[in-house]
Amino acid sequence: MNPENFMPFNLLATSTTPVVVIAIYLGLLLGLAMMSKLLFRGTSTDYFVASRSIGPFMLLMSVFGTTMTAFALVGSTGKAFERGVGTYGLMASSSGLIHAACFFLIGIKLWSFGKKYGYVTQIQFFRDRFESKAIGYLLFPILVLLVIPYLLIGVIGAGKTIMGVTGPKGKAPGMFPELFESTNGAVPGELTGLIICLVVLCYIFAGGSRAAAWANTFQTIVFMVMGLLAFYLISDKLGGLGAAIAQANDAHLVRDVSGEDGKIGVPKLMFLTYMLIPLSVGMFPHLFQHWLTARSAKSFRLTVIAHPICIMIVWVPCVLIGLWATGKLPEGTSGGAVLAKMVGILVKDPIVVGLVTAGILAAIMSSLDSQFLCLGTMFTNDVVLDKYGRDRFTDKQIILIARLFVVSIVIITYVFSIVLFEKSIFDLAVWSFSGFASLTPLVFAALYWKGATKAGAFASIICATVVWLFFFKESGWGGEYTDYTGVLPAAFNGMMPVTFSFGAGLVAMIVVSLVTSKPAESTVNKFFPKF
Amino acid sequence: MTPKKIIIILAIALGILHHDTWNWGNSDLVLGFMPMGLFYHSCYSLAAAILWVFAIKFAWPKDLVDWAEGGDSDES
Repeated sequence: MNPENFMPFNLLATSTTPVVVIAIYLGLLLGLAMMSKLLFRGTSTDYFVASRSIGPFMLLMSVFGTTMTAFALVGSTGKAFERGVGTYGLMASSSGLIHAACFFLIGIKLWSFGKKYGYVTQIQFFRDRFESKAIGYLLFPILVLLVIPYLLIGVIGAGKTIMGVTGPKGKAPGMFPELFESTNGAVPGELTGLIICLVVLCYIFAGGSRAAAWANTFQTIVFMVMGLLAFYLISDKLGGLGAAIAQANDAHLVRDVSGEDGKIGVPKLMFLTYMLIPLSVGMFPHLFQHWLTARSAKSFRLTVIAHPICIMIVWVPCVLIGLWATGKLPEGTSGGAVLAKMVGILVKDPIVVGLVTAGILAAIMSSLDSQFLCLGTMFTNDVVLDKYGRDRFTDKQIILIARLFVVSIVIITYVFSIVLFEKSIFDLAVWSFSGFASLTPLVFAALYWKGATKAGAFASIICATVVWLFFFKESGWGGEYTDYTGVLPAAFNGMMPVTFSFGAGLVAMIVVSLVTSKPAESTVNKFFPKF
Repeated sequence: MTPKKIIIILAIALGILHHDTWNWGNSDLVLGFMPMGLFYHSCYSLAAAILWVFAIKFAWPKDLVDWAEGGDSDES
């Protein structure tokens, strides 16, 4: 038996073994990327859309891995610690229904248009469907704006996790007291964020979308297995499942609102309006790209069916760990650090701590890579090549442009992650998802309503974005915000802001489309084929 | 009633069942470790997966897929 299992807690805090394990994991990941580089053909097509060669299992792992970021592991545990058992119903169970519905209703239709007309990015599709180049220039910066909070939660989540693992435990200082005096020995969040960004950049630079797909599959398996391992070990240390839940705070086991300022439990109106948030998958650029470029429609079958189950496998353990933490950690503990602290405090084998932490980082990086890559693809195809023409650039130059844009996005994200480090990961993610969800009337109308017009599309995008931005600002740029005193009548209190931004986008699409000129017959025939 | 309509009705029913107000204050533990609210929504996730199995079996858009896969692409 490992002697460190009997190590006093203060000595464990100083063991650097978890950091070594994490470093080995990152090395393995880079090795995998180098392997995928051997298959990289060096062409821009291969760099952007290797997903045309991805089968059902890799598609499932890619889609699930990119959807479940720090939000799923770190955020869900932290939110369950704060709000209690309702966390699962807020996002996980509704996502099982709505994500899969989007894959089925939006994904397969988009795949058919991608296959038929050769689209790679969502902007290419919207430009043709709404007969407007300008819609691309409107949509692109908005999508980037919405992706940045999504990227932020990954970078911040990684920083908080490593701080939790390497930080002081009890009276003992953290792992590196001499190196990082200001954080009492914990690895600072900004250093972790930098390393994570560099690793992700390395492997997407090496092999493009194929490397991202391989890394996603590998990392999704790692984070699912490590999540279950953490769950087993923590429950074991707490004396089994029954004993673990018995020591949890009773108020967190129900959804009735209680606690100071009603911060425990879930108000019913909030729970109801949260149902709109999972619609966000309908507009995520990286998922759009998967849909447009998947090898075959049959590839989606496994994703549609297995997605709700995969969510359950990851979220149930995390929510339970969050509930157990209410009996172990002090009330004011930062939500983002709960999972790392529970692992660090209860699982005393430093190797296992390192493995579980690597699993958390895997979840984070598996989202970052696809999004970085997708932004580069959109910028290159929808802005640069659209404006200046493909013939003006060599294949190498096209890849270079995509890489430079990705680097600039990484730098912006990194700077924001330092400024917004104290923000709740769960809440930031919900804001990002709310923004994308607000744009879903656009894609639903594009696919299912022949009468949806160019003007309606512009109005929908602008109204949804303006309303979203307004409430995002009112929330203090990323906090939980459901009290509209002074802004809206009291009857609206408790609703999620997505209700208003989604509603604005929907109403604008319908009203403006009804009163403006219809799309050309050729466009209608193109996107509403008769079988 | 066509299988497609049955699936749409089931999906709407599942959407409504998500709002389980009757479980809000229920602190019972299922199997001695799982709070009722979590147990109910875990079963909900399984029900969603089963719904999508039926959707793929009975409402798969075969015509659309055949259209996309048939012949050369019209544009590039």
